[in-house]
Amino acid sequence: MTNPAPAVDTHLLPADSGPPGTEPLLAVDNLHVEFKTRQGLVRAVNGVSYALNAGETLAVLGESGSGKSVTAQAIMGILDMPPARIPKGEIRFRGTDLLKLSESARTQIRGQQIAMVFQDALSALNPVFTVGWQIAEMFRVHRGLRKKAAYAKAIELMDRVRIPAARQRVNDYPHQFSGGMRQRIMIAMSIALDPDVLIADEPTTALDVTVQAQIMELLAELQRESNMAMILITHDLGVVADVADKIAVMYGGRIVENAPVHDVYKNPAHPYTKGLLESIPRVDQKGQELYAIKGLPPNLLDMPSGCAFHPRCPFRQDDCVTDVPPLHAISGTRSSACHYWREVLDGVER
Amino acid sequence: MASNGEPILQVRDLVKHFPLNQGIVVKRQIGAIKAVDGVSFDLHRGETLGIVGESGCGKSTLAKLLMALETPTSGSVRVAGNDLAHAKGAELKRIRRNIQMVMQDPYTSLNPRMTVGDIVGEPFEIHSEVAPKGDRRKKVQDLLEVVGLNPDHINRYPHQFSGGQRQRIGIARGLALQPEIIVCDEPVSALDVSIQAQVINLLERLQNEFDLAYIFIAHDLSVVRHISDRVAVMYLGKIVEIGKDTQIYDRPTHPYTQALLSAVPVPDPEGRENRERIILQGDPPSPANPPSGCRFRTRCWKAQEICAEEEPLLQIRPGADHPSACHFAEVHDVVHAS
Repeated sequence: MTNPAPAVDTHLLPADSGPPGTEPLLAVDNLHVEFKTRQGLVRAVNGVSYALNAGETLAVLGESGSGKSVTAQAIMGILDMPPARIPKGEIRFRGTDLLKLSESARTQIRGQQIAMVFQDALSALNPVFTVGWQIAEMFRVHRGLRKKAAYAKAIELMDRVRIPAARQRVNDYPHQFSGGMRQRIMIAMSIALDPDVLIADEPTTALDVTVQAQIMELLAELQRESNMAMILITHDLGVVADVADKIAVMYGGRIVENAPVHDVYKNPAHPYTKGLLESIPRVDQKGQELYAIKGLPPNLLDMPSGCAFHPRCPFRQDDCVTDVPPLHAISGTRSSACHYWREVLDGVER
Repeated sequence: MASNGEPILQVRDLVKHFPLNQGIVVKRQIGAIKAVDGVSFDLHRGETLGIVGESGCGKSTLAKLLMALETPTSGSVRVAGNDLAHAKGAELKRIRRNIQMVMQDPYTSLNPRMTVGDIVGEPFEIHSEVAPKGDRRKKVQDLLEVVGLNPDHINRYPHQFSGGQRQRIGIARGLALQPEIIVCDEPVSALDVSIQAQVINLLERLQNEFDLAYIFIAHDLSVVRHISDRVAVMYLGKIVEIGKDTQIYDRPTHPYTQALLSAVPVPDPEGRENRERIILQGDPPSPANPPSGCRFRTRCWKAQEICAEEEPLLQIRPGADHPSACHFAEVHDVVHAS
């Protein structure tokens, strides 16, 4: 094989384990997103595919700059275009390609069928409107409810996300709430219209562990009640292990490993995943010196040739520098974008 | 690693109250934020004391008090026997040389207009006796090498470095005056997961090399366990439990420690359905108006009448081997329970 490996054949692979023949609820297929910047073209997402069924939780794991949030923003249709551009790929929701819909048709789906919780609730909420007004807005805009009815719905939702004394607090402003409570308000807004898919982008990163536990439990409960599918975007391997059904690990704008959660933690099939799992300290055991992945995450303006992980990889061979590894299917439910996934699974480093 | 002999840092009954004022022309004090409210501990040479707690528990104020960036309301901080809290002028300057800090955010704690050489060498401007002028550039280059940076990059600016490298610059600056104590306030929380391990390993290597004592403040309990010899758990300005890392993590006795530990996600999906979870209700109360008696009682599932009336002291309780500030202290392993 010689370089460059054109359009990696990730889309040929079964990205998902759903029952054969049925279309998953949401399927991202060979998605590419690029940004025009002054320094050059940034290819933030390079052929990402994943799929999600109702009631499932997919964790998208990756470091800053891996493209995990950009993929989510493309699904939501909230990327600023330009500078962003989607040169190819499909995002199918219930079989319809969202990228082919008109803006008004997407507005109908956004918020009603696919909703999003953002990381930083303080900057995502409008500081000059009361939280009640902001939650009620969902009902006024999408459901055409009158002011009073919408307010009643807002109080109901604040109760549902367990904000104490919702009736008294509905007229408070975002700054009057603690971080955890603000995140609950964000969640109330996102679940207001009973979406089928909830995208949670680092929903607990800014929060304390005890509050994180509260929020994650709330999300799990809401998910059970309504059989909602969830995409959880995070860099926290602990949170993923707690709630996810399956994992997509991203690195340098690509998915490097796609698998059910238990398989990844038991036996990772990509050197990056393996390195990450070995590099984190654990609360339940006192480790020796931590394994550290050497080097730095890639610069999106100047991506390494071949496999983006090759400069940091202990399994590297010559062809890793020249050929982009396709997403190899390991089993019906697992895949890894590593030429040497067999060696990684066996743990034989070079 | 905990060595015997005289502790290098002794903190006794340290209190910091920030006054709450009302009025514009005539200011009246209407209360106080009790950020740190009676904290005592020792730190020995070459030892790491981890301090954990949620935001607002006073751990960063404690760090500032240890650095003499805030004046305590009462209590004492002794660095190698010298009282930092009441020292002034030349004496304060001399004591401060021995205790340095690594900040949380490597993006805002480095001056963007100064070169790395100036940043790391700035401590020598203040404490010129450590390195004579002609010698400084060489010293700075040595420091960069020690923290794993290229000494040839001495003339670069902070923006030319990644987050992990910037944190190394901050560590080099902390090492410049050859202190015996370094206060690390959330040193890895702003870094990517794959970079965190590099910085933690660096801190451990430096500790062995220079026999440093660390105060390691973090909210990530896994990181704290990894690096600490002893751990103190703070809640609303007080230490509620303190002990060796195995005592705190494997045999916690205070309900707050247990709740905190049980909330930490374990990076292993096996048996996640059976893991014990203590979900605390609500948020911590305001430090301006802490609850009477035990401060944790408003969120505690064990609270009885005595908890509201009598403040539990930090002392060794029956059935436990380390101090805990709970009337009903009881060993309960939440991390390994399945």
